[in-house]
Amino acid sequence: MRDERPLRHVSAPVLALLAAGLALQLGLHAALPEPQAKAPDLLPPPAISLLRLASLGEPIALAKILMLRLQSFDYQSGTQVPYKDLDYAVVEAWLARILELDAGGQYPLLAASRLYAEIPNEAKQRSMLEFVYQEYLRDPNRRWPWLAHAVFLAKHRLKDMKLALRYAAALHEYTTSKDIPPWALTMEAFIREDLNELDTERVMIGGLIASGRITDPSELKFLDGRLREIEARLGKKRENAKP
Amino acid sequence: MLRHILPIARYTLLEALRNRLLWLALMLVAAGLAFTQFLQQVTITESVQIQAALLAALLRIGAAFILAAYVVTSMVREFNDKVMELILSRPLRRSSYFLGKLAGYAAVALALALISGLPLLLFAPAARVALWSLSLACELLLVTAFALFCVFSLTQVMSALAAVTCFYLLSRSISALQIMAAHPLTDALSAGQKVVNFVIDAIAFVLPGMDRMTQTGWLIYAAPTAAEFAQLLAQTAVYALLLCGAALFDLQRKNF
Repeated sequence: MRDERPLRHVSAPVLALLAAGLALQLGLHAALPEPQAKAPDLLPPPAISLLRLASLGEPIALAKILMLRLQSFDYQSGTQVPYKDLDYAVVEAWLARILELDAGGQYPLLAASRLYAEIPNEAKQRSMLEFVYQEYLRDPNRRWPWLAHAVFLAKHRLKDMKLALRYAAALHEYTTSKDIPPWALTMEAFIREDLNELDTERVMIGGLIASGRITDPSELKFLDGRLREIEARLGKKRENAKP
Repeated sequence: MLRHILPIARYTLLEALRNRLLWLALMLVAAGLAFTQFLQQVTITESVQIQAALLAALLRIGAAFILAAYVVTSMVREFNDKVMELILSRPLRRSSYFLGKLAGYAAVALALALISGLPLLLFAPAARVALWSLSLACELLLVTAFALFCVFSLTQVMSALAAVTCFYLLSRSISALQIMAAHPLTDALSAGQKVVNFVIDAIAFVLPGMDRMTQTGWLIYAAPTAAEFAQLLAQTAVYALLLCGAALFDLQRKNF
């Protein structure tokens, strides 16, 4: 219990000063515009060495804070065109710096593939997907989900099957972990089918089954059925091609 | 009243001089300048800007920390040595004592702001450095007033210093926290998020916007506009008034 005198010992001018100060502070704060992060305020990031210095030995904590800060720029909640005013070169530079500070963090690539790459601006989408691809190559076994999403965006949003195939092929080629689900590994095969590259698809699915990377019986059965279907289609194609 | 305030202010300032506080500030400046020399060796481009920015940031936070620590330890010592009781046993109003101490510490804050501004003249135009230093003086005045308020309320070095540190860091980062809280990744806010946002907004209402004060950008990019600077001065005046009211409220209720 604090040893205090009763309230009546506080003089009226002091009470008035306190009330006036509080009222003025609340009024002043209410009159000021709400803080908002605008796109032009997003400056290029400093060098990684300076960021490491500023992190005071806590690069992961700094990376997390920087990511939250970056995410607050120009996102108009509820609108269809978020991030439209952002300079994507600067955004990519920030994402790359954050990944340098915290290579194990997935947040920057989630933001790149799920937020920044999903805007109705093809050039910016392509640029962000390429960023995801380049970062995937640095750590394929951990960063594959974001490239898998990039395959989806390239195929269905950009309608660029060659680009989708390039990313899907990278998924198949560079991942080595056994934890990667089969659907990610078979993406290339299905895109090749869409491109009517049936021969390559047959070789790929056959290779996948033979490699032992797919162990789920249902998945193996599905792929086996698919293989037979391709072979039937190839057989029919050859017959039609005969004079 | 002024004949009571001025001697207290004078002795407070004298105490700071005898405690070699200004020497400590000069050492901070020397360390900062040495750091900028190191930066000059390693930077490839924009070396003057980098030197100015990092020196300004170091001096700003260093001056605030030195001042807060000085005010808290000096006042707690006065409590423990019963100096305050001795002074208040004289025919003197408590408000005169408080205003005398505040004036003395404010003079120390002004001196620290000037000392911090001087080395920046090597890297930025004088007019911009003057505005930066004036803004730092305002910021340090608020730190002083808050430290005094904490000492009257908490009377312990550790708790008062911790409170001042939290106040300073929160005042400088509250806008960033508000922005982060207001822009979640999902459009629909959960009840918990709404409560958190409300609490953050409520805290922002009673804190001074120190993130708008003493900006490094003024030194290396552009000076603040007249409206921005007027807003900063208004914020300092209003918040100093509030802190004076709160500190006097606590002091008048204190039983010695």
